[in-house]
Amino acid sequence: MLTEELVDLSRLQFAVTALYHFLFVPLTLGLAFILVIMELTYVITDRPIYKDMVRFWGKLFGINFALGVTTGITMEFQFGTNWAYYSHYVGDIFGAPLAIEGLMAFFLESTFIGLFFFGWDRLNKWKHFMVTVLMAVGSNLSALWILIANGWMQDPVGATFSFVTMRMEMSDFWAIVFNPTAQAKFVHTVSAGYVTASLFVLGISSYYLLKGRDLDFARRSFRIAAGFGFASALSVIVLGDESGYTVSESQKTKMAAIEAMWETEPAPAAFTVFAVPNEKAERNDYQLQIPYALGLIGTRSLTKTMPGIKEIKARNHERIENGIHAVVALEQLRRNHDDKTALAQFDAHKTDLGFGLLLKKYIVDVSQATPEMIQQAVDDTIPRVAPLFWSFRIMVALGFLFLALFTLALFYSIKGTFIEKKWLLRWALWFIPMPWVAAELGWVVAEYGRQPWTIYGVLPTHISVSNISVGNIYGSLAGFIGFYTVLLVVEMVLMTKYARQGPASLGTGKYHGEKAAGGALPAGAMADKI
Amino acid sequence: MDYETLKLVWWLLIGVLLVGFAIMDGHDMGMGVLLPFVGRNDLERRAVINTVAPHWDGNQVWFITAGGAVFAAWPLVYATAFSGFYWAMMAALWALFFRPVGFDYRSKIQNPTWRSTWDWGLFIGGAVPPIIFGVAFGNLLQGVPFQFNDILMSTYTGSFWALLNPFALLAGVVSLGMITFQGANYLMMRTEGAIYRRVRTASLIFGPLTFVTFALAGWWVATGIDGYVITSAIDPNGLPDPLAKTVATAAGAWMTNYHTYAWAKWVPIAAFAALAAGILFARLGKAGLAFWSSSLACAGIIGTAGVSMFPFIMPSSTDPRSSLTVFDAVSSHLTLGLMLGATVIFMPLIIFYTSWCYKVMWGKVTTEFIAANDKSAY
Repeated sequence: MLTEELVDLSRLQFAVTALYHFLFVPLTLGLAFILVIMELTYVITDRPIYKDMVRFWGKLFGINFALGVTTGITMEFQFGTNWAYYSHYVGDIFGAPLAIEGLMAFFLESTFIGLFFFGWDRLNKWKHFMVTVLMAVGSNLSALWILIANGWMQDPVGATFSFVTMRMEMSDFWAIVFNPTAQAKFVHTVSAGYVTASLFVLGISSYYLLKGRDLDFARRSFRIAAGFGFASALSVIVLGDESGYTVSESQKTKMAAIEAMWETEPAPAAFTVFAVPNEKAERNDYQLQIPYALGLIGTRSLTKTMPGIKEIKARNHERIENGIHAVVALEQLRRNHDDKTALAQFDAHKTDLGFGLLLKKYIVDVSQATPEMIQQAVDDTIPRVAPLFWSFRIMVALGFLFLALFTLALFYSIKGTFIEKKWLLRWALWFIPMPWVAAELGWVVAEYGRQPWTIYGVLPTHISVSNISVGNIYGSLAGFIGFYTVLLVVEMVLMTKYARQGPASLGTGKYHGEKAAGGALPAGAMADKI
Repeated sequence: MDYETLKLVWWLLIGVLLVGFAIMDGHDMGMGVLLPFVGRNDLERRAVINTVAPHWDGNQVWFITAGGAVFAAWPLVYATAFSGFYWAMMAALWALFFRPVGFDYRSKIQNPTWRSTWDWGLFIGGAVPPIIFGVAFGNLLQGVPFQFNDILMSTYTGSFWALLNPFALLAGVVSLGMITFQGANYLMMRTEGAIYRRVRTASLIFGPLTFVTFALAGWWVATGIDGYVITSAIDPNGLPDPLAKTVATAAGAWMTNYHTYAWAKWVPIAAFAALAAGILFARLGKAGLAFWSSSLACAGIIGTAGVSMFPFIMPSSTDPRSSLTVFDAVSSHLTLGLMLGATVIFMPLIIFYTSWCYKVMWGKVTTEFIAANDKSAY
């Protein structure tokens, strides 16, 4: 029996484990490329300090990567354990990118990460550099394939429903791969990862600079992070705008909710900076708007309108009533595959099948649905406005703050005076956690904003779950929370320990804390100076 | 390629991925099982761990890819098995948690309690998953209590404890033995001195254990477990619909394929021969040959389970017609073809660069090496 409690718990467990997994992913995506840049500098200049930089930041990369791997396996298991009907219903499409991700990306990343850590003495520097490149490419390719899968959940192109197999089946693989929603998500997500890693390196380097230690090491790291971070922060905003500009139906609904846009406004619509959304009355109690801005971002034109929540609901009302016919016909076809009348009725209404299935939350036989049930289902089609409205705004505000920070960091890097700008160094240090906040909120917008669907317009969340007892999920959720809490504590302890210790953790004898106390730069570090 | 051929190819490919997992991840899981016993002090344990340090993560991808391939090629199997075996899957997953952190975090702090805790973590991460996968196969052979409703939503009606029946536990021991034998033979190639002598002893314990339990399980399947047969006509080229067939149980039905196909009996024969050869080579101190023999044994043992049940993948004990087979639990023609293309392109590449990594890192890992590379080794 698919109770609301079962569905909510399954969602909660997925949200907890996915958001937790994504604490480790962005740093992996970005730090891998920062390691590539540092190592390229090493192979070109042959200066050992750059090798030390690769090895030290690589150590932190490894501590983070271990938990990325650990929590990633959970995600692969969980579709089967807790979302069995989803797995059956869309496995034909959704499984393929996951399997290709394994074959093309995970093997590459995971095989070469071993050589990255342990191959220093067995490979010449160019070969080792190639290993690092392949590791970085592998980790970013895995993001590509998982976001193709996720993009398809938002915008299910290239697939059709088969009543014989009772599932969605792939009809056009390349449409799924080149799905604009997926591509926009990919570039936005990896850019966010690059920002995360850049700020991580920038902030920790600032810590050494503020402490006046390992100056040469920290200065070079800071510069690389500032340059890479500036480009990434710019791209995350520009390409985030690309995610906003989209023609898909799911994005329109999400956009209306994000903007708390109840009415369809004349083009070009205003962008709401601040509002108190009132869901009951379907209006904003207070609001502050910038004229025209949203219409320009959302439609790239001055004349196209963007539908408001009320208009979307009215359309969905029609689609749900249509969908009832599709569900009824499907049930007849399941009993008798050769029922010609049922087939004709099904074909006429099948584009709205998913909308008809929304009613399954309220009644088994959807043909008996009351107007109240239909209205409830219509209301369900709009995700809750306030959490999306605020998550989105905090994310965007942080994005602009990252850009400001990196612009200043780059500017003073070029001028060469950043060491004196204590306020900048402190800002970078204390801002280290913020990219994670932005990234997690971004996922809240993307996935919470997709409700009530797992596959937009195709499969309601309500019938996607495994038909298991809620006791199972209480147990496993408790287990995950327990394991993940301990693992996070362990990870943070190690990360802090090694970040504080700095490059001295490599045991080369050249860095802060490795020589007799006194504060003078160790001899080795002096020799590395320009 | 026609649909029927693709369905059969994917049965083989899933088998190949599972065998790849057993051979590759098997040897580092086997390392984990043996770690607390063959390493008597910190340096020795680190030497043992560092034989797989550059490789365990790549090896684990065999498991992840096998999971992804089951999802993509047999979505109904993935959905039904993972949700039905809920607690078994959670236990395997949580045991696997100990591996990445165990490997990477263990030697980053000097404290002996810390290190020994992670050593036992690696033991759990090495021992529990093979036992669970063996138990899962043991249950598949007996049939699993699940059924589909008319929209193909599965309901599992058994309990976790019912999975732990005597035959399934025996299968778990076979699996654990096989993986530990594999790990011991691998460690023979990569260690020396006292550690080498201990892992050789382990190989000579776990090789025979696997041989005997595998024989016992085979005898049990032949004489004590009812197999399943499809009793209606099926169209192997047809659209997959598990509810379109009828199925019955019959004593000795898991032996049918060995009578029908002359080649089939060579799969278990290969398993026994490879186990015997592995034991012999371990005894003679031929570590490389012992490893290849136990690798072949992994293929033979997993292959025997697959061939015995063919075309069944997951028979249902409570509603036999819901049973999942290679013909009706599969993805669409297009998806299977596409996935085959991806496998043909990437699998040779993967084997190539994995081999290269082993070649680069090859050699004995000694305690002297660990002492000299205290900061960079695991």
